[in-house]
Amino acid sequence: MSGKEVAPVGLLDNIRMAFASLWANKMRAVLTMLGIIIGIGSVIAIVTVGDSLTGSISDSMQSLGAGNITVSLSQKSSDDDGEAVMMEGVSIRMFGPSRPADEDLLTDDMIAEYRRAFGDRVAAVSRSESLGSGTVTQKSTSLNVNITGADLDYPAAEGLEITNGRFLNQNDLDGRKKVCVVTDEFAEKLFGERTDPIGKSFEAAVNGKVYTFYIVGVTPYDDGGAVAMFGSDVSYPVYIPLTTAKKLAGSAAGYQSFTVVGSSAGENAQFLSDTESFFASYYTRNQSWTVRASSMESMMSTVTEMISTVQLAIAAIAAISLLVGGIGVMNIMMVSITERTREIGTRKALGAPGYAIRLQFITESVVICLIGGVIGIVLGVILGAWGASLLGYAAKPSLLAVTASVGFSMAIGVFFGSYPASKAAKLDPIEALRYE
Amino acid sequence: MMTRELFEGCTGGAAGGPLIAIRSLVKTYYAGRPNELEILHGIDLTVWPGEFVAIVGESGSGKSTMMNIIGALDRPTRGTYHLDGVDVEKATDPQLSAIRNRKIGFVFQTFNLIGRTTAQKNVELPMLYAGVPARRRAARARELLQMVGMSDRAKHQPSELSGGQKQRVAIARAMACDPALLLADEPTGALDSQTSRTVMDIFHDLHEQQGKTVVLITHNPELAEECGRILTLKDGRIISERKGSGARGTA
Repeated sequence: MSGKEVAPVGLLDNIRMAFASLWANKMRAVLTMLGIIIGIGSVIAIVTVGDSLTGSISDSMQSLGAGNITVSLSQKSSDDDGEAVMMEGVSIRMFGPSRPADEDLLTDDMIAEYRRAFGDRVAAVSRSESLGSGTVTQKSTSLNVNITGADLDYPAAEGLEITNGRFLNQNDLDGRKKVCVVTDEFAEKLFGERTDPIGKSFEAAVNGKVYTFYIVGVTPYDDGGAVAMFGSDVSYPVYIPLTTAKKLAGSAAGYQSFTVVGSSAGENAQFLSDTESFFASYYTRNQSWTVRASSMESMMSTVTEMISTVQLAIAAIAAISLLVGGIGVMNIMMVSITERTREIGTRKALGAPGYAIRLQFITESVVICLIGGVIGIVLGVILGAWGASLLGYAAKPSLLAVTASVGFSMAIGVFFGSYPASKAAKLDPIEALRYE
Repeated sequence: MMTRELFEGCTGGAAGGPLIAIRSLVKTYYAGRPNELEILHGIDLTVWPGEFVAIVGESGSGKSTMMNIIGALDRPTRGTYHLDGVDVEKATDPQLSAIRNRKIGFVFQTFNLIGRTTAQKNVELPMLYAGVPARRRAARARELLQMVGMSDRAKHQPSELSGGQKQRVAIARAMACDPALLLADEPTGALDSQTSRTVMDIFHDLHEQQGKTVVLITHNPELAEECGRILTLKDGRIISERKGSGARGTA
């Protein structure tokens, strides 16, 4: 015999047959697709929400000043591999912090020296000291506040804007005045929308003491995005002169930490290590303390990496539901082939070769999975967008995830359809025609 | 229609030779096992183009096995079978598919139309596997449905057709690729006498007007009597061969 055989059935004819078969069993087809819909949908949703979370966190970290360098005292380890573990440039102290003695603190002199030595490379050095959190009660309103002593460089380092009045000035610092900058939302809640808060005063109870502060400036309230959202109570920041904070707290003249802003963004890593070694040089002979410099940037990459790991893990779990969905498809294909044994026998008697039967059923299973996949993508994008809007950061659905989902659902169709299809292809036409 | 080019280079396909040439055919099931069962014990059968042959026999006589082998659904265990010059016992599975597709038109007792598929699409099915383009498939199916008087039911599904109508669609389907042989297995077995008559008349028409070779397998002696030649099968052997009237019955 010559090698000529029955011509293969066109793809279009196979797809048409697949749709006809699915249409004949609509409910069953939808239920079968459900597994794929849920699987693909949840993977897409999780990836989108994860992207949104990452974007939201990097946004809020950016607003906190990702390029800023935090210079802080750090306990020396008793031996070299001891308490401080360096992770991606972030030092995590293993033992509880003990307070440094007053003479160990970073001083204004060091900072002045540093500014002289580094010159143009330093844009701002912001010292701050927390007075602590407290409560402001006026009439029936009670608000939580977080009182921070700030210096003149603080707005530059923290990206603080003044929308009304002014920021603290040298005069306030020198005179250790009880003036403050508050947020617009805080002012509104305290004095009402129509009252200009400038010049007004309020009493704040901090650590059992009550202080009165006069408002000189207002800054927009920033809820901090997704990061702060997870905190329980809203606490409004109140900025007072650093000198005032130190006087009220009765603390020493030095600092445990401060923030440095570099003038150019490019040479951050070098600037970071130069800054660290400059201050560390003051502490070479100190028994228990040294200085570390770290930046938001390095922390951010760690956090982002952690999120993507978690995201991957959850997506992997969601992918298991895809596997279950695939098994469902296989199950239904087996049932369908048993039901249609006579049809398969007839097709074979009419001249359908095994591979035509196989192609017909694989096409049917791929069509189920592909439709399920597309519905799943639509659902996942909607769900992901909803989740992202809850996080307050609109993430676009990842094109990669969508493309991969389409490809993956087709692969599921081929993989889970091929066993039932080859079972159908191998049916003996005589047996199949006799099947009741 | 296109059968020649498909089977070109085949041995023995000389024009003017027999359509079916079966020599010393033996069919054994479970060969080499303790329950070995020989169904056909050396059949010789020659059918010439344009003949209308009936194979009759009681159940258990080996009719079904005979029909499976003639229909290229099964291969003989021993002996030779040439169909339209093609060596069937040596054909591979895909080649058997091609033989069934192009050379044989099956008509079954239980019709075996594909459910939830229109009469039109059912008739198109063999042409789908023959690689006929969609437009030509549709045109040919319409032509065939008209031939069996089912044009007005082209869009109906099998469940909306009576038994006789189903069988007429099935005959149209069997004719789709213009096969060399129409192989009918108890085509009227599930029909009442009146619709049986209609169906038999279609076979007669195809035989007389188009010169189709028809092999009819039946246990009904009256139907067999209408054929040109009657072969009686008993216990796996052809025990008698005689001429039939070849005339349509009146039932």
